[in-house]
Amino acid sequence: MAEPTRREVLKGAAAASAGALALPGCAAQSFPGTLGGADWQRGHRVRDGGFPAPQGRAEEAAIVIAGGGAAGLAAAWRLKDAGFEDFVLLELEDTVGGNARSGRNAVSAYPLGAHYLPVPNREARALRHMLQGFGMIMGEEDGVPVYDPYQLCADLEERLLWRGSWQEGLYPSSGLGAADIMQRDRFFREMAEYRGAVGADGKPAFAIPRAGSSADPRFTALDGQSFARWLDGRGFTSPVLRAYLRYCCRDDYGTEPEHISAWAGVHYFAGRRGWAAHGDGDRELTWPEGNGRLVTLMGKAVAPHVRSGHTVFGVAREGDAGALVSAFDHGAGASRQWRARTVIMAMPHFVAARVAPVETIKGALRYAPWVVANVTVNRQPRGRGSALAWDNVSTGSDSLGYVVATHQSASAGEGPTVLTWYMALSREEPVAARKLMATRPLAEWQRIVADDLLTMNPDLAGAIERIDVWRWGHAMVSPVPGFLSDPARLAAIAAKPPVLFAHSDLSGLSLFEEAHYRGVVAAEAALAHLGHRFESLV
Amino acid sequence: MVEPEGVQGVPVSGGEDGAPASLAVILLVSVLVVATCGLVYELLAGTLASYLLGDSVTQFSTVIGTYLFAMGVGSYLSRHVRSNEIGVFVRVEILIAALGGWSAAGLFLLFPLVEDFRIALYGLVVAIGVLVGLEIPLLIRILRYRFAFRDLVSNVLTYDYIGALIASLLFPLVLVPRLGMIRTGFAFGLANVAVAIALLLVLRGRQKIGADLAAALAVMLSLVAGLAGADHIQRWSEVAFYGEPVIYARSTPYQRIVITRRGEDLRLYLNGNLQFSTRDEYRYHEALVWPVLGRVANPREVLILGGGDGLAAREVLKDPRVAHVTLVDLDPEMTHLFRDEPSLARLNGGSLGSRRMTVVNGDAFRWVRQARGRYDAILIDFPDPTEFSLGKLYTESFYREVARLLGPAGVLTVQSTSPLVAPRSYWTVASTLEAAGLKARGYHAYVPSFGEWGFTMAAHQPPGDAVRLPAGLRFLSQASERAMFDFPPDMARRPTPVNRLDNQALVRSFAEEWGRYDG
Repeated sequence: MAEPTRREVLKGAAAASAGALALPGCAAQSFPGTLGGADWQRGHRVRDGGFPAPQGRAEEAAIVIAGGGAAGLAAAWRLKDAGFEDFVLLELEDTVGGNARSGRNAVSAYPLGAHYLPVPNREARALRHMLQGFGMIMGEEDGVPVYDPYQLCADLEERLLWRGSWQEGLYPSSGLGAADIMQRDRFFREMAEYRGAVGADGKPAFAIPRAGSSADPRFTALDGQSFARWLDGRGFTSPVLRAYLRYCCRDDYGTEPEHISAWAGVHYFAGRRGWAAHGDGDRELTWPEGNGRLVTLMGKAVAPHVRSGHTVFGVAREGDAGALVSAFDHGAGASRQWRARTVIMAMPHFVAARVAPVETIKGALRYAPWVVANVTVNRQPRGRGSALAWDNVSTGSDSLGYVVATHQSASAGEGPTVLTWYMALSREEPVAARKLMATRPLAEWQRIVADDLLTMNPDLAGAIERIDVWRWGHAMVSPVPGFLSDPARLAAIAAKPPVLFAHSDLSGLSLFEEAHYRGVVAAEAALAHLGHRFESLV
Repeated sequence: MVEPEGVQGVPVSGGEDGAPASLAVILLVSVLVVATCGLVYELLAGTLASYLLGDSVTQFSTVIGTYLFAMGVGSYLSRHVRSNEIGVFVRVEILIAALGGWSAAGLFLLFPLVEDFRIALYGLVVAIGVLVGLEIPLLIRILRYRFAFRDLVSNVLTYDYIGALIASLLFPLVLVPRLGMIRTGFAFGLANVAVAIALLLVLRGRQKIGADLAAALAVMLSLVAGLAGADHIQRWSEVAFYGEPVIYARSTPYQRIVITRRGEDLRLYLNGNLQFSTRDEYRYHEALVWPVLGRVANPREVLILGGGDGLAAREVLKDPRVAHVTLVDLDPEMTHLFRDEPSLARLNGGSLGSRRMTVVNGDAFRWVRQARGRYDAILIDFPDPTEFSLGKLYTESFYREVARLLGPAGVLTVQSTSPLVAPRSYWTVASTLEAAGLKARGYHAYVPSFGEWGFTMAAHQPPGDAVRLPAGLRFLSQASERAMFDFPPDMARRPTPVNRLDNQALVRSFAEEWGRYDG
């Protein structure tokens, strides 16, 4: 990679969301650490081509799953769960898991991206079935699932740095004006109404999986405008409320309220009706390694079928009988082919459009870039006010705060831990942000992360041992206004065997539940196509 | 005395000494400042004395009495100032700034070093008192040509009393909680030296001010440095925090271990919280151990969770029936210290080095989940649930794992805070053990260092009354053991929530009940 010029670096610093926090010119303290990310070289090679022609006879597999992120793994898990074994899963990276992958050092395992799963809704049948198989749902009480308390996020879940002091919860609870309070109450009242609302088609207005949502135009009309405009129109102008909603949009969608659909904005608050005994319906499942736990368990369940380090670069239909899948084996340095009766394209749409151009149509899907830093500290953060929580957010920072890796596993309130720090680069255009990500050196990221963390927690001065930075160029699909009727999305959903699609971007919402649902739906469509008998979980 | 003409309350321009009118304004403002500072030093000394020496009524009373008397001495001595009142006043201010500003920090630092702390304390109180006593008489004399006498007395005393009010309100409401005592001292020292510097600047050109200004600036610099380094001073003087001579202090990755000794009384503090005092720890540890061992027919395998000081293990190893003890404590430095340091190993009878002992250094929360043994007795002796992290060790999930490790006829006990101070928290432990499928029974003992202290016994079958105690116990007899299970109404069982990982009900009630108790 070419050394960035000083001007580029400074420009980058000014443009970055955290740029204001960086102090150009001050002696940069450097930390040990690594700069990682989705394998761009392999990824860009799909775009740029130049793979050698496949050698030898094509292998046979009834189903090829191209992509081993949450959706591809869910498809594989579903096939295996239905007793179907004739499939392979090809993954570009050396490990499966996509943006739910995780890392580990001597102190703790930690997430590299996705880090929690809200207790699923009743309608998420396949996901509940899987969680039961993984022991996360331990049983039932009066027919209602009972979750393993060790895997539900332990108290204290969240705290917010607000006006110089930490408080419990993420909504500011002090110093609110009368208008702030009225708007806050009205907003949450309206969201509660939406949560209970049912459309003319008898479906809930907002559901997870999203596909279960009502098509009633009363609700889908929200997709015609941005969340920010909708809020303006409804008179939700309180700066405190808007700052909170901005945090929510960036946290779940990686995108500013100005750039997401009002339907998606409302869905964030109205879609969750977690179904669990003991009043745990509003809790989250989390682990030291984040959703790394889920993808690792899924990967283990289908391990014999997984071929990692395989870049799928071509999918050619052979009439309706099947398709020929070409992949480059990075281990062997050679290309190979699989002849499949069905292919499940479990990759984001912009990659699928490169691999199989004739199977996709152009849409307007946008992807948000993220930076995640794992900060190893030799003592736990503290601060004035509330004690350390799992998720720690500051109103004064443009980052999304940090989660504590040892929150679930340990009872030691003092010793070393790993803090996973998140930043959605949502202030600039995704293309510009990705360029910045590609060029900014590790030391500069580390300084931005350390400055932000130390502003939140000055008590951590001298406690940082290392900072490992991970960049996600396309971390999440952005549910932009109009995404419900995006032609690319609708075409991919409607695809029929032999080429199927499975990815959370088909739902427009980058949630584990959506990826899982899309994987399961594609797997079941493939099974039906092949005439394999199974009981649907959808 | 000649009363110059003057409008009420307004200084007559150009005093006899030819100084500018601004001087009078500065002087009147300085009355307010010196009055505030004077009272702050007095309050600092009183608070510090009660903090370090205990018995706040006595300390406050004697410190304030001494201080007021010293002020009287200062007022008397003011008659010996015959000329250059303003110059003397400036020097007094510089001296007060130095002494008062450094008073809190100095006393904290001196506390562990000096033989008799009272001599240092009262010496400083007298010195500051005398200097503060000089201030007002000197000021009245300096201002006597600028105001009508009746206005002068009225003005000076008014500002003096307003300053006192400001100080008395600021001190408890803002200064101590926000700044802490050490920073408060420095901040008000800076106010004194600011008065001195302001006066010197007004006087420049008419008097030689070089030496005084240099002294004032030096004092100011030292105060600013002190203010900036207040955290370090606080840490060095940690010694003073405990109120007893510190013989060992060490920060491990998990906690701050401090051991103090006064006479025969040796105390262990973790993160500033008292863990035991050798004067009465036998009461605590006999109550923790023997009601359990006395109810188990054959306690061969014993598990201790927490208790890295080895004192509970000492009791357990007295029982010849015990073949093996497993002790799980988070902090290796703690167990090494109490195994290897002879004076401490003597306290626990060398329990941690016993051939019957296996010490595991690890987080009990994780350890119980992967442990596979069966234990006849389990003694759970964790720090109080002051934090969410510690609260996890008192949850239903944790007790379910512990129950799995408890043999069918085994008995366990949990140290479970004070049933008198925090009855809701105390009974939450019983409710939680019951939610985990065990039968629980509370008991309590009086341990002077802690007060009325509670334990909760639990087993797969309801624990009975029959208990076999060994001979030679200092606290427990059959009768006193039986009495521990009786709860008077103020500690009686009450309905409580179950403490779960996702509600941390115990940490919340503990903070509330002890918060109310500590005021």
